[in-house]
Amino acid sequence: MHRFANPARFLKIARPLTVWLFWPGLALLLIGAGCGLFVTPADYLQGDTVRILYIHVPAAWLGMGGWTGIAVAALMQLVWRHPLAAVAGRAIAMPGAFFTAICLVTGSIWGRPTWGTWWEWDGRMTSMLVLFFLYLGYIALANASARQGNGGVSPVTAIFGLVGAVNLPIINRSVVWWNSLHQGPSITLRGSSIDSALLWPLGFTLIGFTLIFVAILLMRMRAILAQNKIEARMQRLARG
Amino acid sequence: MKAKHQRLILAVVALVALITAGLLAASALKDEAAYFYAPGDVKAKGVEPGKPIRLGGMVVKGSLQKAPDGVTIHFDVTDGKATVPASFKGIAPDLFREGSGVVAEGAFDRSGTFQASNLLAKHDERYMPRELQGIQYDEKTYKMKAGQ
Repeated sequence: MHRFANPARFLKIARPLTVWLFWPGLALLLIGAGCGLFVTPADYLQGDTVRILYIHVPAAWLGMGGWTGIAVAALMQLVWRHPLAAVAGRAIAMPGAFFTAICLVTGSIWGRPTWGTWWEWDGRMTSMLVLFFLYLGYIALANASARQGNGGVSPVTAIFGLVGAVNLPIINRSVVWWNSLHQGPSITLRGSSIDSALLWPLGFTLIGFTLIFVAILLMRMRAILAQNKIEARMQRLARG
Repeated sequence: MKAKHQRLILAVVALVALITAGLLAASALKDEAAYFYAPGDVKAKGVEPGKPIRLGGMVVKGSLQKAPDGVTIHFDVTDGKATVPASFKGIAPDLFREGSGVVAEGAFDRSGTFQASNLLAKHDERYMPRELQGIQYDEKTYKMKAGQ
């Protein structure tokens, strides 16, 4: 990993990779969303409402995946002092919060016609809302604490990122441990209780959104590194 | 021991302690964080009449009856361990039906009937096309099989 500690080497790979992730990701997303809207059959119980699944599930996955990324980056920053890990933590926070918000909003829109309520304080919804607030806290802390030399987050923010990871298994298990309005997991290691006729576009949108997420992450890391360069140059100019 | 290794051990120990604390807290909350009471819980622990709770379970097949006034419905809620009668006056959600999940907000009256003031439909984790309706998902084999 320390091979990529050199920003120049990282940028050399990140620049073309952004393009190669973003456009195929967008294509997969459009195919998945199009097929999910127009090709797959309606659900036997929910009818067409079920189609929001193709957005809701990837959003939940990326909201939680984002924080997993923050925790891994925090560990690399705190233990191995990897200079780009701190930058990655800052870069993940905003898209992670964005997808968590999409998950909450689509879930609410889905809940009204199926369950009969916009919002209930059950285990799954509450723990997901907590994740959103954790993201907001992380962003605020990253912006408020001193900017590290390379534009990364402060060690305190990284520790916050690690501590917040405790919420991830709680979200995952919330529908198993507690009685909840949200149904249990459909896709487990042993199989899927979503019929394959409805399931396949989810693979497209899931991979599509994930590629776009990584592309956005790389863009944001490049922007932070570019800002470093500008600041270094300004300082040199100011010193004359 | 290198500083790097010290930091790694510190981070891992802290993480393990945190996760243990989180799991302990979650298991302590096991009952408190439950979103609803199942009929079995009501029978085991007892809920005094008039105490507002949520009751969740399956609507027993064949138990749904419409009262003469046209807006009140009576049905039985079960979780396999116990069954309790419930009634509700108002418009039930579209997905509320026999054999499906329900979460009712309300309280038990003196006669032991749950008087619901609000109904929420709870659906399970199965999604399938209409043509496959009646085909059940077998939780043991993780395969679809023909239903009742």
